[in-house]
Amino acid sequence: MLIGAVASTATAAAASAASGQTVSGSAPAPATPGPTSQVSLTVNGQVRSLHVDTRTTLLDALREHLRLTGTKKGCDHGQCGACTVIVEGRRINSCLTLAVMHEGDRITTIEGLGTPEHLHPMQAAFIKHDGYQCGYCTPGQICSSLAVLDEIKAGIPSHVGDDLLASPEATAAEFRERMSGNICRCGAYSNIIDAMVEVAGRRA
Amino acid sequence: MKSFTYERAHSPAEAAAAAVRIPEAKFIAGGTNLLDLMKLEIETPAHLIDVNGLALDAIETTPEGGLRIGALVRNTDLAADQRVRRDYGLLSRALLAGASGQLRNKATTAGNLLQRTRCPYFYDTNQPCNKRKPGSGCAAIGGFSRGHALMGVSDACIASHPSDMAVAMRALDAVVETVKPDGSKRRIPIAELHRLPGDTPQNETTLTPGELIVAVTLPKPVGGKHIYRKVRDRASYAFALISVGAIVQPDGTGRVALGGVAPKPWRLEAAEAELPNGAKAVTAKLLAGAKATRENAFKVPLVERALAAVLSEARNQP
Repeated sequence: MLIGAVASTATAAAASAASGQTVSGSAPAPATPGPTSQVSLTVNGQVRSLHVDTRTTLLDALREHLRLTGTKKGCDHGQCGACTVIVEGRRINSCLTLAVMHEGDRITTIEGLGTPEHLHPMQAAFIKHDGYQCGYCTPGQICSSLAVLDEIKAGIPSHVGDDLLASPEATAAEFRERMSGNICRCGAYSNIIDAMVEVAGRRA
Repeated sequence: MKSFTYERAHSPAEAAAAAVRIPEAKFIAGGTNLLDLMKLEIETPAHLIDVNGLALDAIETTPEGGLRIGALVRNTDLAADQRVRRDYGLLSRALLAGASGQLRNKATTAGNLLQRTRCPYFYDTNQPCNKRKPGSGCAAIGGFSRGHALMGVSDACIASHPSDMAVAMRALDAVVETVKPDGSKRRIPIAELHRLPGDTPQNETTLTPGELIVAVTLPKPVGGKHIYRKVRDRASYAFALISVGAIVQPDGTGRVALGGVAPKPWRLEAAEAELPNGAKAVTAKLLAGAKATRENAFKVPLVERALAAVLSEARNQP
């Protein structure tokens, strides 16, 4: 598992370095060129038109084509959650979906949430509560944690709720269950929950 | 990943026809399992037919009082539907026990049924696997087989079916609706959707080439207490070692389906007659003739104990 994760991260870094000369919006040359397609995405409020190899995942479109490198590639197989972005209001693993499948979709990445000068409240709470150490999983954790608060507000049940018919509550137990798709190798989990509890309390 | 051409389908019949007209074509919906396998080149379609635009994402009440669930209804939406939570709680519980929030937002009802096994030898292209490469052998037999099946297995394959949702669908007597390339429609009881491996573990379902699932129908609610108990190595985001899906009526009768023990959701209606006699009696029938390996033999007592816990919960629930 770890070997696979390290290898895919190394591959991603190599691909990124190899395409360092390309300008924003153009394709890094794949090893063997394949069929291409045009796709238009609305990323953080901006319409972006791309010409991509059909194999391009949404994650690679964001990172390699649009140079939005805040979204991270961890395992590239939907197991770690580092690539979590919000598409049409819902969090998904951007590594397990193709860019061409998102024609016209509205996508929010970590770059669309806040800036160093004007942090999103969840970003500020992660800093305040030490919700990270190395920071690699953090953009995915923050996108996921915001979506979790929305999911609870929308009444979507979870595995830990006792009563399926009751409205779920913004508790630490709910956060832990709902955040299980975001792995943090530094083990900042309890601090991430603290950040979420603070933001959820402020929202209520 | 191997390169592929891509199209967006505009109707189910058109999608089904394209799937047989274009060589090595595959449907893609949520993509959470297919793209994972394509990256590993375990799946190598030359053409993808994107069915996401087919408007198969509604949950409707049927004239019989049941529910018709569109093939593209996402796992999150199905689990959260008020009617499902009220009348088919087992289905909500099973869905919520599976995968992660991100994956449930993408994964579809039909895709969940058709997901491939997570057998590590199926995933490791350096190992023999009769399912991935017919005739190459089975590395799981005699290998690391803690998560594998012990019912319905063969000398060619002992892979288990990974779905939680399918276990609930089996207990609820769901029926799968399809469209074939010639435009004709078919209804397949869920018990007949998945095949046992036999000598051809690469053939996992009874779907014919190009046949597209368009909906899954649930009969009218049967009442009772709905309980899904999943036993796994982590409390969240892990596949089942075993799972028990049960519907228990006030008189002690009911239904039981198992996950993690077979290449398909495992239910034997004959075993359910033993429910008033307790977990031991039911398990003896459900798992009769089990072909356990040294590593997965623990699943037999685990099923019995999990079922005992489920029956006790059913008795004590208000």
